[in-house]
Formats: sequence, C-alpha cells, structure tokens
Amino acid sequence: MQNKSIAQLAADLRLRTYSSVELTRHYLDRIERLDPRLNSFITVASESALAAAERADRVLKSGDAGPLTGIPIAHKDIFCTQGLRTSCGSRMLDNFIAPYDATVVEKLAAAGAVVLGKTNMDEFAMGSSNETSFYGPVHNPWDQTRVPGGSSGGSAAAVAARLCPVATGTDTGGSIRQPAALCGITGIKPTYGRCSRWGMIAFASSLDQAGVMARSAADAAFILDEMAGFDPRDSTSADVPVPDYVDALDDDIKGLRIGLPKEYFGAGLDGRVAAVIQDAIKEYERLGAEIHEISLPNSPLSVPVYYVVAPAECSSNLARFDGVRYGHRCENPRDLEDLYKRSRAEGFGAEVQRRIMIGTYVLSAGYYDAYYLKAQKIRHLIAEDFKRAFDKVDVIMGPTSPTTAFPIGDKMDDPVAMYLNDIYTIATNLAGLPGMSIPVEPVDGLPVGLQIIGNYFEEARLLNVAHRFQHATHWHQAAPAGFE
Amino acid sequence: MSLDSSDIEKIAHLARLGIDPERTARYAADLSNILDLVARMDAVDTAGVDPMAHPLHMVQRLRPDQPSEPDQREPFQSIAPLTEGGLYLVPKVIE
Repeated sequence: MQNKSIAQLAADLRLRTYSSVELTRHYLDRIERLDPRLNSFITVASESALAAAERADRVLKSGDAGPLTGIPIAHKDIFCTQGLRTSCGSRMLDNFIAPYDATVVEKLAAAGAVVLGKTNMDEFAMGSSNETSFYGPVHNPWDQTRVPGGSSGGSAAAVAARLCPVATGTDTGGSIRQPAALCGITGIKPTYGRCSRWGMIAFASSLDQAGVMARSAADAAFILDEMAGFDPRDSTSADVPVPDYVDALDDDIKGLRIGLPKEYFGAGLDGRVAAVIQDAIKEYERLGAEIHEISLPNSPLSVPVYYVVAPAECSSNLARFDGVRYGHRCENPRDLEDLYKRSRAEGFGAEVQRRIMIGTYVLSAGYYDAYYLKAQKIRHLIAEDFKRAFDKVDVIMGPTSPTTAFPIGDKMDDPVAMYLNDIYTIATNLAGLPGMSIPVEPVDGLPVGLQIIGNYFEEARLLNVAHRFQHATHWHQAAPAGFE
Repeated sequence: MSLDSSDIEKIAHLARLGIDPERTARYAADLSNILDLVARMDAVDTAGVDPMAHPLHMVQRLRPDQPSEPDQREPFQSIAPLTEGGLYLVPKVIE
C-alpha cells in the first residue's frame, strides 16, 4: 500500500478497495513502528487523522470526493495548523498551538487530504542537516548514521521511508531540494510567490517558498495542483493563473534545450556525484533533449549574498518572539529587557542565535551599504545571469548537492562548511526561480539528486521534464532497506 | 572581518539576546568566519547596479480599507504566557 502513487491511492479509495481509515491506520502504524529509527515526526496526530479519515470516507461514499479526499499527508512543522502544535523545530514554540491554519494547510484540507502529523525540521528552517532541531536530529533512512539534509529533513525522511505518501516542505536556500536529494525523493520548490506564505512561519520573507516532497514528479504534480495559487492574505503572493500540472506531465521533451552551468560542475563537487549526474544528462539526450554548456558567472557569490540577505530578514522576522504574546517566556523576569533577553536566549538554539546576530550586525548603523545593499545588488546580477541563460535554454540542470548525505555531527562545529552544502541551490532562491530535485543513480548506496531549474512560473515544465525521466528510469522507485 | 567578544555583546544587546558569557568567544569566532565568507562580495564591482528587493519586481498591492478579520482576542490570548482582563502582562516598565 505504501508504494502506491497518489493517483493509485485516489483511485483505490474511490473504488472502496480500502477505506481512508484503513489507509490512515496503515500509515500511523508504520510511523509508530518505524519512526523511532528516524525521528522524522515531531507530532503525530493519530486521533484527528482518524477522525478526518472517517469524514473522508463519508464523502467518498456520497460520491463528491475532491482530488485528494482521504489521502494522508504530513506537514512540515513550519505550517500553522489550528489546534495542533506548530513548533518550527524550536523550544521557543514548543507550547505553541496556532489559532489558525496556514493557507497551504487549508487548501490541502479543502481538497480532502488527511493530516497524519507534523514533521521534524531544522529550527526555524535554519540548517542543512536537520541537526538544529530542538527535537533532535532526523536520521537518513538510507543510512541512519547520516543526516537527511535540511531544513525539511523530517518531511524528506518520512516520504523516503514511506511513513506518508507525500509531505509539504519549505525552501529558503535549498531546504526542499537538498533533503530531497539526500533522501532519494522528488522535491519541488515553486517560483517565489506561487504558493501562499500565509501561516508559514517566516524565516527570510523575500526567499521563503512552500513546496512538495513526494516519491515522484507525478505525485508532486497532484499535490501542487491543490497547493498553488493566489492568496490575498499574502501580500507577496503571485496573482498568476495556475495551469493543470498533472495534464502537462506526459508532454514530449524532444528538442528540450538543457543548459549545464559550468560553475555547477567545478571544484567542490564529489567526482562520483558528478559521474552519475552526467549519466542522467545522457539519459535526457536519449530522450531527445539538446545539451548546451552555459555560464552563471555570479552564481559562486550566491552563498555570501545569501548569508547577508537571509540573516538580515531573519533577524527582523524573529524579533516578534518576545516572550509576551506567545511562545517561550523565561521565569521571573527582573524587567522588560530581561524578559526579552532571557526568553529569546532560552528559546532559540545556537544556529538561530548566530543568524539573528549576523543579521543584526549587517543591518546595524554604518554597515547597511557595505553588506545589505551590496548583497541586493549582487543578487540582481545573479538573477540577470539566469535571465540570459533562459534566452538560450529551457531548463538548467546540475547536481542538487555537492556530496551525498554526510555523517550526523560532521559539520555541526563549522557553520561555514554547513552553509556550503547549499552552493547549487541558493542562487535559485535569490532569483526567485522554481527548482526541483529528482533521484538519479545512487553512489555507494546513498541517494544523489539531479537539480532542474526552470524559468519563472514554469513548474509545469519542470514536473514534465522530471516525469519523463522517471518514466524512462527506475531510480525514484528504490526504497531504503527496512522501509520497503 | 574579525569580531571580538565585546562586539558580540553589543550585537547581542541590539538583538535582545541574553547570551551566556561563556559562549561569546565561540560566537565571535563563528561570526567572524561567516563574515569572511560574506567578504567575497567585495571583489564584485556593483557600480551602477540596482539593488534587487524582490525577485518578481512586484509592487505592494493595496486592499480596500475595510475590516477583514473577526475579533479573535480570546483565542490569541489563550496561547499567551501571561494575560489579565484582555491585556498582556509584562514586568513593570514605568516606576
């Protein structure tokens, strides 16, 4: 049951092959049995999931089922869920029960999805290994001594281990694509503004975007069809029509122009990862695509630019956590300043504190021009590189991450080494473009992701290009041992 | 760019973070390394380049000046650490 596609599950539910309650119970049992090895869930919502599944079964019986009626999903614990704890992986929000649903949560519920629970993540989505979570690290299902990637590490591990058919994620600098790559699943970060940020706890508001983590491009298309769209409650939401992503999956890709940026294949890329990425590109040639070498000359600057822009926005967004209105509050504050300082020091972990301080520093008087303004100018140059590239090619491909999953604990003492994991994913966020990661041939039993970057609002093409590869290959079907 | 412990104390105060004095040296080293990474930006000539504030060059939408949200004071205050009579309680600010 856990290896079926979303389309198969939806068809089976309609035919009453099994009920949504049975399907939901099946996944809850798997979570109970297998998640102790992974720690991919922060909260499992057994009771509310079964109640929602019962409602779904009644709707299925009545014949007016929506596209996802009765399909279990998991949400990254960054999306507000009414009545269900939303921790954002932080002690700060350990006791936070959101008074409303995020738009993404609301839309998927309206389509009939059943929420199994909330997945683990790096604290406030700040991390590339899921090790900064207040709730402990997530273990990669392919090798439990290794990280799943981050920040959507819980969603990636849960989907890879078949603990849920699909999960939501968010991507500010690679947080959907990098864990998707390291866990061997399919992840899509849509264009900035494509999915609503309302009710999604903010990290860096000019970069944050919600997306899907699934076992295939086809499954991701089903979910994105329901998630995407304009939301007047999010002032940065894009008022652009949403095409039918499932409809476009099978389009022919003969003549597709693929750009390979030479900067994505240089020093720092593991040679074995490079080799399997090149093999995947050859598969695309067999499918009729044309390969062009391109250059994104400013992309090596994306990590330095990101570590100005993202912390600056984070320091401003996280100023709201003051120990007064919600979240953690210290014991017996002496005065208001003590209340703020101790509540925040106790509530935030080390990586969040580092980023708040970097952001505070670069925005402080006298430094704005040298850091923030300079970064925003280079960001413009990075976006222009992509614009020029998309005059010549339809999609850009390369590795998602320079290496396979690394051992837990390996990079926690060296923030800069950790940041360089996102060297191939960050430029996409800075430019606001959509990006995907799909599994290719593993290296030493560990998954490798091929990144596919598209032009603005071309999610349908990305999903189509990914689906054609998955139609011709079987890498995306592989399950980690013990989780088949 | 190298920051020392007194810089960290100043930054932490601006960010209202009461960091443990034992950790300031470590934070100073980490933040200095991050700023070294950021310093790679200095090599780029950005004269005449416009800063990019938004990926899609959108403008702020306006909405009609009408109430759109119902009163939710009770559910919002039910998750607050300390309230009384509809007010949030904090330590005495004015002596």
